Amino acid sequence: MRYKRDPKKIREVLGDKVQFVLGDMACVYGGILAGCSFFGGYPITPASEVAEGMARLLPRVGGTYIQMEDEIGSIAAVIGASWGGAKAMTATSGPGFSLMMENYGFAVMTETPCVIVNIQRTGPSTGQPTLGAQGDMMQARWGTHGDFEAIALAPSNVQECLDFTIEAFNLSEKYRNPVCVMADGEIGHLRERITIPDEKDLKIINRVEATIDKEKFIPFGVSQTRKSKVPDFPVFGTGYHTYVTGLTHNEKGFPATDKQKDHEKLVKRITSKISDDIDKIVKVEETHLDDADIAFVTYGASARPAETAMELARKKGVKVGMLRLKIVWPFPEKVIYKLGKKVDKIIVPEMNLGQIVHPVKEAVSGNCEVVSAPKIGGEMHLPHELLPYLGVK
Amino acid sequence: MTEIKTAEELNKKYLREGMWPTIFCNGCGNGVVLEYTFWALEELGWDMDKVVFVSGIGCSSRLPGYINADGLHTTHGRALAFATGIKAANPDLNVIVFTGDGDCAGIGGNHFIHAARRNIDMTVIMINNFIYGMTGGQLAPTTPFGSIATTAPYGNIEHPFDICNLAKALGANYVARWTVTHPYQPIKSLKRALQKKGFSLVEFLAPCPTAYGRRNKLGDIKKLWKWYEDHTILLEDYERIMSYGSEEEKEAMKDMFPIGVFQDIDKPGFFEEYQKLVARLMGKNNKKTAEAKVVIKK
Repeated sequence: MRYKRDPKKIREVLGDKVQFVLGDMACVYGGILAGCSFFGGYPITPASEVAEGMARLLPRVGGTYIQMEDEIGSIAAVIGASWGGAKAMTATSGPGFSLMMENYGFAVMTETPCVIVNIQRTGPSTGQPTLGAQGDMMQARWGTHGDFEAIALAPSNVQECLDFTIEAFNLSEKYRNPVCVMADGEIGHLRERITIPDEKDLKIINRVEATIDKEKFIPFGVSQTRKSKVPDFPVFGTGYHTYVTGLTHNEKGFPATDKQKDHEKLVKRITSKISDDIDKIVKVEETHLDDADIAFVTYGASARPAETAMELARKKGVKVGMLRLKIVWPFPEKVIYKLGKKVDKIIVPEMNLGQIVHPVKEAVSGNCEVVSAPKIGGEMHLPHELLPYLGVK
Repeated sequence: MTEIKTAEELNKKYLREGMWPTIFCNGCGNGVVLEYTFWALEELGWDMDKVVFVSGIGCSSRLPGYINADGLHTTHGRALAFATGIKAANPDLNVIVFTGDGDCAGIGGNHFIHAARRNIDMTVIMINNFIYGMTGGQLAPTTPFGSIATTAPYGNIEHPFDICNLAKALGANYVARWTVTHPYQPIKSLKRALQKKGFSLVEFLAPCPTAYGRRNKLGDIKKLWKWYEDHTILLEDYERIMSYGSEEEKEAMKDMFPIGVFQDIDKPGFFEEYQKLVARLMGKNNKKTAEAKVVIKK
């Protein structure tokens, strides 16, 4: 029997409407509110608290938590659960995210909705396990082999860990693509006040399940029931007898490993189902951009010191604004292009040696100066460290 | 329901239309394992809407594609982890994994160990052809000592994996090994494995004339299939000889593969235990019962 989301039970298990919790725990709350009923995970700092929270709460709402043997198995079980009809997620950090990359691509190729929470820590390799970083942003976009479109959100506070995990489920169910919540050790291990949204304020999207005549059903083409490039989902056990493979496949799902046209058709559909909708997916927050000469382009934890630096600079008369990317992938090219035409300078503070600064430069197309403001080693930028970039002493 | 009597009728019911021909070579054992599985399913009379086949990468992992049922053809070695998720999402489904020796005992060894240890409710059918067939005949963790492989051109100096004894040690509920040259016991055994709660493994020794038999000079297809008859012995006989046989008899056993049922027990499966846990937590007065009672068992 499949899991049925029971809002009353969920509220009972999550407890008080207003709580003071860890970012990791807020991801757990978000997942459970979204209807997640399967979590496969493996302990890793600083993401272990997500697994611990799921182990504690999921069975109490009737969902399943399994601690898998490694991160490869975790994402595999999550994808399997999704085909079994569950909303499923996992959580990890750098080394585990690296291990997941092959099956991340499998989820893309088989159009499997699922959510991966990455509480980023410094790298390469084992790095600094307890300290936050933003070093996996490009890995989320390009980490698996072949052509694909990524969807990734970057929470800047604990409330957003909850909200963005729900949003990640919505996007993954809508587009049938894996979605990453790219938090980091700073936000994941930060305790803040959160408000659990009321049921009436929740927006929850579930995949469109296949209902049409089994003989006529096409599992891997455009939808037969809606105007969408996302096919309806034939949940295992509902009689559609679908063959799901990571090999290049035709619309029926049969391997087409030696056919150029089938590959091109498939990969162009599974990438364009996201890129066509980029304007609908993009989510940014603009602050003081109306009169800004200089703009921060930020995401995740590094938005916090940038915001303070902006306020300090504005007090000294420097017109600084901020564009915060709530969704980093797909990249909001048009928004950044417009910003580049408007301001003289864009500063991109990141807890890496410069990753998102590259697509920013590409989108700006030379219309303004783009400066990287990197900081690594597991410490956030201090606001005053960002002031020199604004010409403020 | 009309009773199925011939292989032709069986194939018509269970094979997926439009996927033929298969990718298998002449003399391959994979098709035989598929046929045995169909007979076992037919005898059980299971609703094929509720059976899901899962596989990894390799020749035998292509089998789910030929079956008229839901199938998940996953990444190399990971089939059992995917299968775990499917079963978790809907415990009403019967989950069957087709995997090869390289897929299961090589790259997927860790998933195999833990799925067996957790006693996850699934049946794993591992087809062991001693070699990486699809990639052209490279050394496998099951390749017998001394065998030639493209990546062991001077003879294999590694010791092969005995996957059945491993599964037995891990406490799997049902463990059996057969060859594709023995038709009756395997069908009966598969039927039992499929009905088992918890983890069940059926290993099939199956010839690969192209990538193993040819290089190891085991003769034509007919001779190669005969080799399996000549190099297997019933587990009971094997154990009797190893306990009570003469030194010569024991020595002769070094080249023999014991076949038969290695384990048949009835521990509750993982999901049965999980359901108990959920019932305890979701029942009335769950605030009291939610506190785990600490009962440590070896």
